[in-house]
Amino acid sequence: MTEDEVVTELSSGMTIGIGGWGSRRKPMSLVRAILRTDLTDLHVVSYGGPDVGLLCAAGRVRKITYGFVSLDSIPLEPHFRVARQTGSVEAREFDEGAFYLGLLAAVHRVPFYPTRAGLGSDMLTYNPELKTVTSPYGDGTELVAVPAFDIDVSLVHMNRADAAGNGQFLGPDLYFDDLFAMAAKRTFMSCERVVATEDLLAEGSVHTLKIPRLHTDGVVEAPGGAHFTECPPDYSRDEAFQREYAATARDTDAWTRFRADWLDLPSHDAYRARLADRADSDGAEQ
Amino acid sequence: MSNATIDEICLVALAEAFRGDGELLCHPMGPFPVAAGRLARASFEPDLMLTDTIAYAVVGTLPLGATVGHPGAADEGIVVEGYLPFRTVFDQAWSGHRHVVMGASQIDGHGNQNFAAIGDYRKPKAQLLGLRGAPGNVINHTTSYWIPNQARAFVDSVDVVSGPGYDRVAALPEGSGRFHEIRRVVTELAAYDFETPGHTMRLRSVHPGVSLDAVLAATPFELAVPENVPASRLPTAEELHLIRDVIDPKGIRKHEFR
Repeated sequence: MTEDEVVTELSSGMTIGIGGWGSRRKPMSLVRAILRTDLTDLHVVSYGGPDVGLLCAAGRVRKITYGFVSLDSIPLEPHFRVARQTGSVEAREFDEGAFYLGLLAAVHRVPFYPTRAGLGSDMLTYNPELKTVTSPYGDGTELVAVPAFDIDVSLVHMNRADAAGNGQFLGPDLYFDDLFAMAAKRTFMSCERVVATEDLLAEGSVHTLKIPRLHTDGVVEAPGGAHFTECPPDYSRDEAFQREYAATARDTDAWTRFRADWLDLPSHDAYRARLADRADSDGAEQ
Repeated sequence: MSNATIDEICLVALAEAFRGDGELLCHPMGPFPVAAGRLARASFEPDLMLTDTIAYAVVGTLPLGATVGHPGAADEGIVVEGYLPFRTVFDQAWSGHRHVVMGASQIDGHGNQNFAAIGDYRKPKAQLLGLRGAPGNVINHTTSYWIPNQARAFVDSVDVVSGPGYDRVAALPEGSGRFHEIRRVVTELAAYDFETPGHTMRLRSVHPGVSLDAVLAATPFELAVPENVPASRLPTAEELHLIRDVIDPKGIRKHEFR
């Protein structure tokens, strides 16, 4: 599939799960493809990074379910900061670990998972729909019942995949991408390179084959698809690009230029071509 | 007389929070707390498990800013002893075999901590980091705080509770809060604990060169002050060597004292 074919499967108002973690291995070419459509009113579920920031800045988001929204080397996502401080999005914030349980409950098709995470904190105060449960085993322990996340479509980015949709991560952490894939009604996976099934073990052990094709509905080959977030071992974060992106939250003109330069492009190939030009001109200046 | 500077005194005071922890995951957040954890393990708590701040538990003392893959790691005796991706870290947190150090934009006299937002949470005047992992960490295992700007962070009442303090936890049904412990709060002025009958904040030691008046002036809530307040201890010669030559030769620890 192509990115543009994936986003024709989405519709306004949907709940979209996005894999990765902060500014790490985010399916950015798919996020940019959403920005090429008129999709709006989205509910985004994410350990958020620039995926959330870009969608907020472009006015596509109604609600965010999140464990955090960060660019890692820049601790708070600047477009998310603006969205929160202007009250333009509905915030449904979970403790980072409680968020994991919301995904897991969806995967296991149970209505909730119990945890202590959140007790005594304002996670409950500001999520009035969250309930607690009391242990049925006579010990009286009260626990937070983290509800299953109801996700229509998940988008994840892997290092490698085969055409059937078996996904492979080669970096230090899978994050929760397998759970995003299993929790959603449908999942689309981009990857750095599509390889033949018999080559899946050429670069990583069997332990890296973490997303079985049972849970994927389409594969997009997107080299550099996570840019500017990191995608080790294929590439690290483009910190200079990220700083440029972050600065657009403080300056409307900079955001307009960024949109024209990096978002209002017809395809991921066009984006890659522009990145190559940028690298050439940087080289020429040095 | 030691030639230790205030950052080194604070680092040792924070490392002291881990004394007695034995074999658990020492998981400080941010460069200064990471340095304190590495110092504790390299000196008096050798059984602590520490990560490279990514996903690998390592044996050997990494310098700040370096991760497992950095050049020369093998020469420095850096060896991977475990794999701790985020999912495993949550499992560790809930198992209780973990002690975190977090920051706090606000903290009150019961230990309620805020780094989520300033103002009304629903439309904050300033969005900060968010709740992050604080609610789950604090209710499940030992937590300490590093706060390099006491006068600004110590408040009567926090705007948002990310990590619950002792009063909030005491109000929970029995059993729900039994793993809660705020071990230590260390600021640029002093070290604090909650070892009072009502678990309110107590002055534990004042850093050398800081007056009790300065501590009280930077504390808007009622602070338990023992009759004789000890001075925070000075780093040993070995600790100064570890801090300056091994853990933080670039002086990253000093950035929070500008």
